[in-house]
Amino acid sequence: MSFISYLVNGISLGSVYAIIALGYTMVYGIAKMLNFAHGDVIMIGGYVTFMIMSTMGLSPWLGIVAAVVVCTLLGVVIEKIAYKPLRGASPLAVLITAIGVSYFLQNIALLIFGANTKSFTSVVSIPDLVLADGQLTISGETIVTIIASVIIMIAMTLFIKKTKTGRAMNAVSEDKGAAQLMGINVNKTISITFAIGSGLAAIAGILLVSSYPALTPYTGAMPGIKAFVAAVFGGIGSVPGAMIGGILLGVIENLSKAYISSQLADAIVFAVLIIVLLVKPTGILGKEIREKV
Amino acid sequence: MALLEVKNLSIAFGGLRAVDGFDISIEKGQLYGLIGPNGAGKTTIFNLLTGVYKPNDGIINLDGKNIAGMRTIDINKAGVARTFQNIRLFKAMTVLDNVKVALQNEYRYSALTGICRLPKYFKMEKKMNERAEELLKVFDLDGQKDIMASNLPYGKQRKLEIARALATNPKMLLLDEPAAGMNPNETQELMDTIRFVRDTFDMTILLIEHDMKLVSGICEQLTVLNFGKVLAQGETSVVLKNPEVITAYLGE
Repeated sequence: MSFISYLVNGISLGSVYAIIALGYTMVYGIAKMLNFAHGDVIMIGGYVTFMIMSTMGLSPWLGIVAAVVVCTLLGVVIEKIAYKPLRGASPLAVLITAIGVSYFLQNIALLIFGANTKSFTSVVSIPDLVLADGQLTISGETIVTIIASVIIMIAMTLFIKKTKTGRAMNAVSEDKGAAQLMGINVNKTISITFAIGSGLAAIAGILLVSSYPALTPYTGAMPGIKAFVAAVFGGIGSVPGAMIGGILLGVIENLSKAYISSQLADAIVFAVLIIVLLVKPTGILGKEIREKV
Repeated sequence: MALLEVKNLSIAFGGLRAVDGFDISIEKGQLYGLIGPNGAGKTTIFNLLTGVYKPNDGIINLDGKNIAGMRTIDINKAGVARTFQNIRLFKAMTVLDNVKVALQNEYRYSALTGICRLPKYFKMEKKMNERAEELLKVFDLDGQKDIMASNLPYGKQRKLEIARALATNPKMLLLDEPAAGMNPNETQELMDTIRFVRDTFDMTILLIEHDMKLVSGICEQLTVLNFGKVLAQGETSVVLKNPEVITAYLGE
């Protein structure tokens, strides 16, 4: 029974990683850059909801909507100010900028909200699910996280495959030059990608701090890195890869915590990444780039 | 007035004057050829006409509007579409989606409409599908609309590239070496296709080509380029007899 409980919690945590990883992988696919500030957008989302709910005492729904709106705008603004001027610059310059933006967001949060840990009130109000005569309890947060993630993953897959914006994103990610010559606004497409990724990060942030209610300016850093690992694990640039990678990572992390060592859990997660990359450098669903000779 | 009127178009890369005082005048509905030895600046001219490079000097009047130095997407909206020397389809997308990508400025809806699947989304997607399938039918590609573009045979990929370019609803079509890598049969078929496009869509076509059979077969007017400069210009049959052209390009 406890195995099932660890597994379900792992899937729930993994779903959060998956949603964050979606943002990483979409931005990478289209702008060919690693947005290391992505994790900190999660934290901002958490704080916005916290302010609305706990400080102002308004409804959690309002908190969620506000967080999504703020993070979506934040993503677009970050892209416009920090990354757009560097389009065409060396990937290393962009990477360093992204790390800079990450620290900037953390310190802004430190300045505004202070360093002490805020205790986040869960946005979930449905009761825990008790199964098998009380031997198995699944928390309301876990259920909501899993359901929300499934909805988001289906919606995103449909969006990317079946809508005009999704097609433009695919086209830009494959060949920017040709896309532009077919009348696709590359800058706008990149902006939309950042907007969607950041909006998703807000939801991921709220789900994360609902389950793990300690909110500090550094809350987003570790999940951000883990989600990045998940994206690489699944094959960076691949949307289904990010989903699979995220969930697998969450399950591995939770099971290691339960059965091996809670202190070594993170080490195990990263060790798995190293092994996967040694065996299949492009990740689970990554496209193999074959060079023609 | 000519549909495309280019005057004194020039660009230099460092000290190299890749295109130097290039003039051309193309009437609506004309099939115009641009030839010249390798490195003469032909593809550079295409890149200037489509805004990939910004010219140092000169004007490009398309239908009375100067498009020189405009952004690529704005030039595309103004009515210039092109294909590429090395085919640049979106290979990981289906044949149908390749055409639909190029249709999206005509059938607009917002990203939010797409996420929420509002009625407008379905209406626009339906229209887009119909238009795309119509175009694919013209090129006899409708039977393969759901396969990946990379799985099409070479000749059909060329056709799909033309269909995709036409989907942006251009006034003028630029074809960069459409017959590159084709065997004589495929080239023959391509010539028919190009003529067919011109007649069906009342299209103005400027093409770069090395295949002299294709050039003399379908181009009405010709410009020969050498070292970034116009060497000869005029009716195809006359230009091809020009002694300078023969020495510079065709060989004795």
